[in-house]
Amino acid sequence: MRVRIPTPLRSYTGQAAAVEAAPGTLADIFAELDRRFPGLRFRVIDEQGRIRQHMKVFIGDRLTADLATPVADADEVTIMQALSGG
Amino acid sequence: MSLLVGTRKGLFVVGNDGLDGEPWFLGHVIHHAVWDRGADRIVVAARTGHLGPTVFHSDDRGATWNEAAAPPAFRTGERLGRSLRACFWLTPPVGAAPGVWYAGGSPQGLFRSDDGGDTWAPVDGWNDHPDWETWCEWPEENTPDGSMLHSVNVDPRDPQHLYLGLSGGGVFESTDGGADWRPLNRGCAADFFPDPAPEFGHDPHCVRLHPLAPDRLYQQNHCGIYRLDRPGDTWTRIGDNMPRDIGDIGFPIELHPRDPDTVWVFPMDGTDVWPRTSPGGRPAVYRSDDAGATWQRLDRGLPQRGWITVKRQAMTVDDGDPVGVHFGTTGGEVWSSPDAGASWTCVASHLPEIYSIEVLGEPA
Repeated sequence: MRVRIPTPLRSYTGQAAAVEAAPGTLADIFAELDRRFPGLRFRVIDEQGRIRQHMKVFIGDRLTADLATPVADADEVTIMQALSGG
Repeated sequence: MSLLVGTRKGLFVVGNDGLDGEPWFLGHVIHHAVWDRGADRIVVAARTGHLGPTVFHSDDRGATWNEAAAPPAFRTGERLGRSLRACFWLTPPVGAAPGVWYAGGSPQGLFRSDDGGDTWAPVDGWNDHPDWETWCEWPEENTPDGSMLHSVNVDPRDPQHLYLGLSGGGVFESTDGGADWRPLNRGCAADFFPDPAPEFGHDPHCVRLHPLAPDRLYQQNHCGIYRLDRPGDTWTRIGDNMPRDIGDIGFPIELHPRDPDTVWVFPMDGTDVWPRTSPGGRPAVYRSDDAGATWQRLDRGLPQRGWITVKRQAMTVDDGDPVGVHFGTTGGEVWSSPDAGASWTCVASHLPEIYSIEVLGEPA
């Protein structure tokens, strides 16, 4: 499955806008991303396992905050960050 | 000698001839960037838009950067469910404790690294202290940018002896490496409480311990300028000796690296609705050479008229002779004095809002 990476996180992915990951739960996918791109997970998910405020994760077009949500091989995960502030 | 200038939108280096090179971490919030002379390492506390807070370090003076393998964070599953919103303050290694850094957070967590800022662990004795919620008024946020822990001071004679400041909350001391803590606020005003002399709840803006006279501390508080000589435990309001029309409100306080009687402050207007700009629109630094008994106005070269704000980490001194003094404004200007404050020059302008200024010197 494919994970779309927002520009603020591309310093972790070698500027890749999307990366492939093994299907599993969202938690599994973020764990894999953090193994391959150390530090990425903590920028998105806090130490209590909560997706940070104003960070959004979509599976297809479904917004979810539940890291236990399963993601199928055909799904696409999109990580988004609100662009707010001056 | 250069200056590391942390801003709301990146980290800049300013040398004697002005801005030096391109910014690092452009667009990232840089709360504090600090150089450890002993290791010639720069450590940076960063936040980025809505991403979580992290720490970067460089051993080649900024040519390359590495992110901390384990940045500061509260323990997973801890009872209050705290998550770190910002790493606000960094204290580099002091005395005979190479590699030991402390970080202060928002919320008001304390974190320690034993490996030069690469892996960080919570200081449980502080973060889980039975009185933490009371001291920090958890979960209230008492300052406009959120409650924060700052001014982590390590006694160079004894690395187990620590001081820290809470905004709001007060000054606290530990003599056992952070396992236990006690408030240290006697003598400090807290005019915003019905009880003007509570045990804690004060608002120290910046607390400094003198490196060569570690029994002497100074603080710029929300309610005045103070000095404390240990083993005494009662702060003396040396700001009472400031001119009445200037007052003794401000954010930073800086100490002479060799003379424990010399300090600099940048007064701000704490009247009416607290503009926190230069009193009367006439910017000046004030220096005392006698431990706060008398104060001297230092404004040669500064704008005749100006409404300047200098945040608590945005003033520093170097170790020159005479001492150089440097400050950065929320309007993005860096001002330096090569002569202990006697005269001032603007060495950089048009930067983003400045949060911190620290010296980047030559390696030991």
